[in-house]
Order: sequence, then structure tokens, then C-alpha cells
Amino acid sequence: MKEIVIISGKGGTGKTVITASIAALAKNKVMGDCDVDASNLYLLLHPEIKEKNDFYAGIIPSINLEKCTNCGRCQEVCRFEAIKTIKSQTVIDLISCEGCGLCALVCPVQAIQMKENHCGEWYISETKYGPLVYARLGIAEENSGKLVTLVRQNAQTIAKKNNLELIIVDGPPGIGCPLIATLSGADLAVVVTEPTLSGIHDLERVVKVAQHFGVKTVVIINKYDINLENSSKIKNWCQKDNIPIIGKIHFDNIITEALVKGVPVVEYSDNTVTKEIKDIWQRLKEMLCLPLDQFLPDV
Amino acid sequence: MIISVASGKGGTGKTTIAVNLALALAKDKGKNVKFLDCDVEEPNAHLFLKPVITSSESVEIPVPKIDDKKCNYCGKCAEVCVFNAIAVTKNKVLVFPGLCHGCGACSLFCPGKAISEEGNEIGILEEGKAGSINFTHGRLNIGEPMAPPIIRKIKTKIKKDYNGNRSNDITNHHITLIDAPPGTSCPVIESIKGSDYTILVTEPTPFGLHDLILAVEVLKKLNILHGVVLNKCDIGDHKVEEYCKKNDIPLLLSIPLDREIAVAYSQGIPIVKISPFYEQKFIQLFQKIAQTI
Repeated sequence: MKEIVIISGKGGTGKTVITASIAALAKNKVMGDCDVDASNLYLLLHPEIKEKNDFYAGIIPSINLEKCTNCGRCQEVCRFEAIKTIKSQTVIDLISCEGCGLCALVCPVQAIQMKENHCGEWYISETKYGPLVYARLGIAEENSGKLVTLVRQNAQTIAKKNNLELIIVDGPPGIGCPLIATLSGADLAVVVTEPTLSGIHDLERVVKVAQHFGVKTVVIINKYDINLENSSKIKNWCQKDNIPIIGKIHFDNIITEALVKGVPVVEYSDNTVTKEIKDIWQRLKEMLCLPLDQFLPDV
Repeated sequence: MIISVASGKGGTGKTTIAVNLALALAKDKGKNVKFLDCDVEEPNAHLFLKPVITSSESVEIPVPKIDDKKCNYCGKCAEVCVFNAIAVTKNKVLVFPGLCHGCGACSLFCPGKAISEEGNEIGILEEGKAGSINFTHGRLNIGEPMAPPIIRKIKTKIKKDYNGNRSNDITNHHITLIDAPPGTSCPVIESIKGSDYTILVTEPTPFGLHDLILAVEVLKKLNILHGVVLNKCDIGDHKVEEYCKKNDIPLLLSIPLDREIAVAYSQGIPIVKISPFYEQKFIQLFQKIAQTI
């Protein structure tokens, strides 16, 4: 069983479009969407939800106003400026609260209770391409890293149970907690970049994170023809660091057209973009040493 | 006045909007413009504003340091830590700095006063000048998971300028622009809370609309005034416009997919530097927002 994660550092470089196309090309696989803040893969794969689960993580405080003496001890110890006094009443700002529980521990009259926090949902679903695990983090909630881990664990369980040889994971942007939760322990990180200064800057940072966690990394240059000079800078940087570039995709509005129609671009068109993505999938198969049946043509 | 620029989906043009707005406003000598890049995971605004950095400081979170001589391995610290950042065995205390949020519960509750705190660097903050613009950004260290403490630190720079009393300064003369990270979770909230207005940047595709709806939910929850900038407005469908109209969200500005803008962007050149037309557009964008506030 192999797990590939598609990441980018910078948002909007084309992770989800590429993930959906690989999902359409590969066989015997399960998909996971680890961009739990703003999951988009399901908009292209059109899943039927089989199982809906609540996600609880962390704890949040609530004040019993009858017990509270407004002594101010909780406000004094809170390091996140989450407790304020408004009209001489102690109140908690849950948006600023980190959920450490220190306020409840120090309250001399036990007026603060910590309760479990419902902060999202996750789903096991079926698509015409295979199973998809995805999630929705509650609005303005925390603990996205834990939700990412849940998505990955469930995708792995499905793969094991059904003897699937490949897990395809659509990752989040950035390099912080959700990205680290997506990346750690994966077999291969596929970084999608674009030839802009931001794209290059963010590529370098996300590749360093992948190296830091010991995950093998390859690169795809999307929209490579919008700035050929920057594309060759990316090529040189990757060569210097021994990072294989497994493909380039040129800029074509057909990608947006397919997106608006809600289908993976490889199923929407047969033009150069589709050929470029098929070449990328071919390279990936070779790199991952997938079983031979991945190489047989569709009947 | 504090204006933040955010979006659910990444890569829609947050930095482009924030940078061009800052440059257009800074041309007016009566305006004091401050730019805070709060996307500390992938900060990009400096690539366009090219600030001269004049100071740099380390951002640390206080993590526990155990004094072996005083510790009797009672386990109280591990019991009060909800983040599982401390584990206590029979004769050893293990601290996991990556999990620590720096809340201070362990040191406060240690019966033997065996825990002190030491700073663990998670990133850096840099300040400088880009022309007349006061520039600040942060940078999360590679491998560190937690962005919000760096964002909190960047935002203390607002307080300093406003002398702790922001309401005195909700004028059109002091303008703070915040470039937020993508998404809808903690780093975004930390970046935009306290703003007088948030510009949501999106694109006319199913992804753009889906993530815009999530971002609008966040702003409603935080009770922040907001409007939409539609970038590459001619590439997809009309559903974002329909959504904004139906929900009474002002569409502040629409920018077509323009090869000139895209090429300039890829080279790190802000569009207002080469196009007086767009400079005017960004000034109008600000005027619309100022009127709403």
C-alpha cells in the first residue's frame, strides 16, 4: 500500500485539479481530502456519503454565572487574552480561547466547567472513482491537524480492508499544523508549484518541510508557460537539490471549463493538458513501483 | 482603520489585492499605511513590496523546563496539560515542545516548583519600510506546527501605533492592511479578528464559491463588515455574483484575467506600478470601504 500526498505550500496552484485527475486515472485506490478548512475535492468527485461522523476535539470553558464571584483569578492566569471583564462580569471569548483549561483549574469556586468541543464532521463516501474520506472543520474552529489525521487513518483502514494499493491525498496549503499532519509518514509528496515568485518561494519552504519529516518529494510545474524564465529557475533549483520534476502542465482555460462542469479535466478533454497529466501519472506509477495491473489499459 | 484581506481558497489573489491597495494608498502623502503580512506559513507580500528590513526578532513560546533536583515525578504537570506536551515516567519527565501551547498550567501547578519556563523559538518577525509603508511580516520556522503565536506577535504592532486605544484612530489617515493566510481556521481568525473591514478575494469557479461561502460564515461569526473582490472575473461562471447579490454582500471590484497582470505578478511587479487605470481602481476600492465603515 502506497500513500501519495499532493501539496503545494502556496494555495491555488492546482492541487485539487491534479488530485481529481489522478483519482480518475488510477485503479484500486482510495482518496482522502486533508484540506479540512476548505475541502474541494468532493466538488469534482461527487460522492455519496455512506457514513457521517462528528468530530470532537479539545475542550472549551463555560462560566456558571451564579457561582462566579468575578474575582479575576482566571483572567490573571490566561495567557491568550480570552477572559475579559465586561460590565463587571467575567466573560470568555471563545474565539481567542486555546482550550488549555487553566481557568477552570484555578477558579476558587469551581465556576468554570470545561466541556468537549464539537468542531467538525467527517465523512466516508463512495464515488464512481472509489471511496473518498473527507471532512469539514467547523467555522472558526481549531484542531485541524487532528481532523487531518482522522481522515488519513480512515483512508488507510479502507485501503487495508479492501486490499487497495494506493491512497491519494489532497493536501492543505501552508506548512503548519494541518500540512505536517498530512505529510508525516506518507510515501511520496507531490508538490504542485507555479512559475511565479510566490510559487517558487513557497515551493522551497514546503520542500524543506517534507525533507525535515523525511518524506520523498517530487515536483509538478503547473501553468509552466506563463513565465518560462521562472520555470527554468524552478528546474535549476530542483536539480541542485536532487528533486525530480515529474511533469509540466501548460496554462489552458480548459482546466477552468472542466472545473465549472465539475469533472476531472482528464475526463473532460483529450487535449494537451490531459496528455501532460497522463504522463505525470505514468511517472508516478513507475516511481511508486505499483503492481502491473495499474498499467493495463481500461477494458 | 484596519482592513484585512482574506479568502477561503488559496491562490485567489489576496496578496495581490493587499499589496496593490497599500501602494495605491501610500501615494497619498496624508496617509500613514502599515502593512502586516500574517500569512506566516508562506509569507509572500515582501516579494512585491520589497521592504528594507530594519529589525528582526525571534518569536518564542514558553515551554516547560524541569529542574531534576526538585522534581519528584508526581505527574501533576502531565495531568493538567491538555495538549499532552508532558509525559512523566517513574524517573523521567519528557517535554514535547511541538505540542506545547505555552499556557503555563504545568509550572503553576507543580507542587515542588520544579518547572520554570524557557523560550522555544517557533519563528521570526521582521520589520522594515517599503517606501513610506511600514512593513511587518512573520515567518514560521520549518517543521513548526503553530502559526497563531507569530500572528499574535505581528498584531501587537497595531496596538503600539494606536497607543492601545484604537477607537481614537478609526480615521482614513492611519490605515493598517492585513494580508491573511488562506482557509477558515485558527490562523485566519487570529489574523482578521479586530479588523474594521475584511475584503474577501475569490474567483468565479465552484471552488471559489464554495470557499467564499465558508469565509462569509467566519466573518458573520466574528461580526466583521465584509465585501468581495472577484479576481479573474471572466474565467468561470456567474455564480459568485449571484450569491453576492442574493446575500447582499457588496461586490467591491472585479478584475478580469489579464495577461499583463499575470506576467507582472509572476515577476513580482504590482499592477498599480505599471497601470494608472488600476491605481485608480484600488483607490476607489478603498473609498467604497471607507464609506461603509
